[in-house]
Amino acid sequence: MKSVYMDHSATTPVDPEVLQTMMPYYTEIYGNSSSVHAQGQMAAQAVEQAREQVAALINASPSEIVFTAGGTEADNQAIITYMTHKRQKKGRHIITSAIEHHAVLHTCEFLEKKGFELTVLPVNSYGLVEPDTLKAAIRPDTALVTIMHANNEIGTIQDIKTLAHISHEAGAAFHTDAVQSVGKIPLDVKELGIDMLSASAHKLYGPKGVGCLYVKKGTAVGSYLLGGAHERNLRAGTVNVPGVVGFGKAAELAEQRMPQTTEHLNHLAKVLTEGIINNIPDSRLTGHPVHRLPGSVSVVFDYVEGESILLMLDHYGIMASSGSACTSGSLDPSHVLLAIGLPHETAHGSLRLTLGKDNTIEDVNYVLEKLPPIIEKLRMMSPLGK
Amino acid sequence: MAYSKEVMDHFMNPRNVGKIDGASGVGEVGNPVCGDIMHIEIDVKDDIIQDIKFQTFGCAAAIATSSMVTEMVKGKTLEEAEKVTNKSVAEALGGLPPVKMHCSNLAADALHEAIKNFRAGGESPISIARDCCHDQPDSRCVKIEK
Ligand SMILES: Cc1ncc(COP(=O)(O)O)c(C=O)c1O
Repeated sequence: MKSVYMDHSATTPVDPEVLQTMMPYYTEIYGNSSSVHAQGQMAAQAVEQAREQVAALINASPSEIVFTAGGTEADNQAIITYMTHKRQKKGRHIITSAIEHHAVLHTCEFLEKKGFELTVLPVNSYGLVEPDTLKAAIRPDTALVTIMHANNEIGTIQDIKTLAHISHEAGAAFHTDAVQSVGKIPLDVKELGIDMLSASAHKLYGPKGVGCLYVKKGTAVGSYLLGGAHERNLRAGTVNVPGVVGFGKAAELAEQRMPQTTEHLNHLAKVLTEGIINNIPDSRLTGHPVHRLPGSVSVVFDYVEGESILLMLDHYGIMASSGSACTSGSLDPSHVLLAIGLPHETAHGSLRLTLGKDNTIEDVNYVLEKLPPIIEKLRMMSPLGK
Repeated sequence: MAYSKEVMDHFMNPRNVGKIDGASGVGEVGNPVCGDIMHIEIDVKDDIIQDIKFQTFGCAAAIATSSMVTEMVKGKTLEEAEKVTNKSVAEALGGLPPVKMHCSNLAADALHEAIKNFRAGGESPISIARDCCHDQPDSRCVKIEK
């Protein structure tokens, strides 16, 4: 059966070149990068090379990169250790947005329960945090503003430069969860004015369970996991050398390939989006029409439910995702779709197709052949709408 | 989410989809806000369900349970149909994933509403809107004011 993977915002396959670079670090250069002997030093060298590769992708200094076990850990570390750092004397107020990944939202809510104060900013119907909304929410005791770069569900890209600038003017630090944007769109931490940034290797054709936190020199961040002195005292635990090496290679490849990949994805996404919106009645794009991740197609269909769409697509070998309650594992549809103002019943009918570098126009045409009859079949079964 | 073969079969090839012209009883439960709503129509003669059709908005479990309940009671007496429960529908499908047991398993309730509506003379069918927790109170649930 044909198999079409269009869920690259969930995760990506490891690029064969990345895997090849990682392999020797399992069996040949297996040393602990903290060890003084030859094995350890070879491993340490590989880790430092990876640090340079990742730093180069976001225009950071290698010494500003802390390797973690993924984006979730980086988000937790940034928010918790910054807010609780003894050098952080600004205050106890955190600002975030309503469309953050749970790795950020739940971390902020955890701190709120511990006595910190939290403001969750609303977004407009495109999923953008409006600069004036941030300005109005900032207080003298606001220590940290954490707003994601690109949204995982609707693909909207925030104006991070403006939001970081507003935060700095008020003396607050700025963290961004850039898990969805690193390696996909140009990102320069200096140009954007970012103090902390979270990234994850498995979204850019690297391995799962590896990520990093960028910490601008001088920022009050501490270790989140307690233990050894690894990663210059900022992340205890034996370094996942093969994983980090894979992340480095993936970062290097992402940078090299970005221009062609972006052009390819923009083309496919345009054909797919127009094919859906023009051929399926009562369907709409969610997120920003222009300021969105390359290859991110998120739509809603009235009168049908997302999990049903996914299972029927899966029947034809098409793999996608949805923000319906049934797929979120809770009783409510996705908080992101509700935050952009969709009514519950519409949010239940969401479909996210996220394209990757290996998708082809044939894949897109295949989806455009299978999807309309699926929506029609489900609508025939639905008591709503007609 | 692992669904049984029976669920997938009833989901991909649902039985008795549609409406009945001049139905003798109509029942509807669920709520679009929660992501599932089940509508069942029955044609009753001599206390026997001669025909039954459904329309459902919801996930695979919601569609499969609706389809299954129509198969279970077609040709049965009203008394027999009244004995069918949400639980027995789920069992007939080889079980449902635990989270679906109380979120999308309402087909028997819709059938019972249709029978009630028939017994009341088939006039002005009622739609039973529920909060999204159904019978499972949960702090996250969306309360619906009727
Ligand atoms: C925006 C965003 N933040 C954080 C994460 C979590 O990253 P990880 O899976 O590496 O923990 C993800 C992906 O799952 C994401 O999309």
